[in-house]
Amino acid sequence: MSMKIRKTAVFVEDTLQEGGREISPPTCKAVAVAVIENPYAGQYVEDLTPLMDIGAELGAMLGHRAVAALGIRPEDVESYGKAAMVGEDGELEHAAALLHPKMGAPLRKEVKKGAALVPSSKKRGGPGQDLDVPLGHKDAAYVRSHFDGIEVRMNDAPRRNEILVAIAVTDSGRPLPRVGGLKHGEAEGIDGLR
Amino acid sequence: MSNLQVRKRLLVTEDIFHEGGPFAASPLRRGAALAVIENPFAGRYEPEIAWFMEDLRPLGLDMAENLAEALGGAAKIEGYGKATLVGADGELEHGALWHAPGGYAMREVLSGTKAIVPSSKKVGAMGARLDVPITHINASYVRSHFDAIEVGLNDAPRGGEMLLALAMTTGPRIHNRAGGLAAQDITGEDGLR
Repeated sequence: MSMKIRKTAVFVEDTLQEGGREISPPTCKAVAVAVIENPYAGQYVEDLTPLMDIGAELGAMLGHRAVAALGIRPEDVESYGKAAMVGEDGELEHAAALLHPKMGAPLRKEVKKGAALVPSSKKRGGPGQDLDVPLGHKDAAYVRSHFDGIEVRMNDAPRRNEILVAIAVTDSGRPLPRVGGLKHGEAEGIDGLR
Repeated sequence: MSNLQVRKRLLVTEDIFHEGGPFAASPLRRGAALAVIENPFAGRYEPEIAWFMEDLRPLGLDMAENLAEALGGAAKIEGYGKATLVGADGELEHGALWHAPGGYAMREVLSGTKAIVPSSKKVGAMGARLDVPITHINASYVRSHFDAIEVGLNDAPRGGEMLLALAMTTGPRIHNRAGGLAAQDITGEDGLR
């Protein structure tokens, strides 16, 4: 089954000031989004393998676009995350099929390494609804400065028979991290945690 | 010295392949560049505000250049628009300061377009959405190019800020079929037809 894309979008957000302080260089986040047809909207289907394969395609495509939009090398990506919002006639499990079984490996190729779990979120929603994409350090999940998130929203998606899929990457952690914990420079990045 | 303080920038691009009809071989590209700036007049009535337009000019040029490039280059651009969302401690009139620097920046980057740049403005809270109107760059009556893009940021504008937006498209609405003046029939001299 080939996926049917209605639209794609890329958002690049640069923060130059936070809490009245200059952030130099700015912290930059990118989110790449695809709005696809949900082939199983309105019906219960046991075998979701085709959606898993679409998830793999999207992992490569959206991962590549998000990194390209930041204009950095894959190895310079510091954190990542993914999320999906299923339109009214779909199931949460459809989002799970896209996100979990096969999206990770092709996404990790686009960010070089990616030892850590890709943080994720899913929900059902309609056009114009907010989707918060969680963000975590790509090689060491406990790096506290990189616990973050980014909101994405499209006024015309997802329609009832669609799924909105988003992958987010950053070149940095939060703009003014000061709540301690494991630091980016201290992470080993071998076990995906520390 | 410039009074311009930018807190955040956002660049959005959309590729639209279909909207229920046939798939387009080359998608419509639609995009917007946003800047969240401090409103130097927030919280009070200031009679003289026009000088701030000069400070906004370099920002407008920068945004217009980035946006055109993100959509494939100035030569590809066929529609444009602009809008302002003024934070709640500001005045609608502050949003009007974007007309000249935003509009002329796009005209410069797109090499002397003829049509007026359609615009919108409002006062709103953080997370409010802004619909940026879009029309053909050389002839306002081209019906296929009447369009819009919704933009916004969950954390802007704060009370003392303004969100400035420029929008561009690479062509007509994806399934345009509502008639009217067609892009290939314009004379493109008066900015209207």
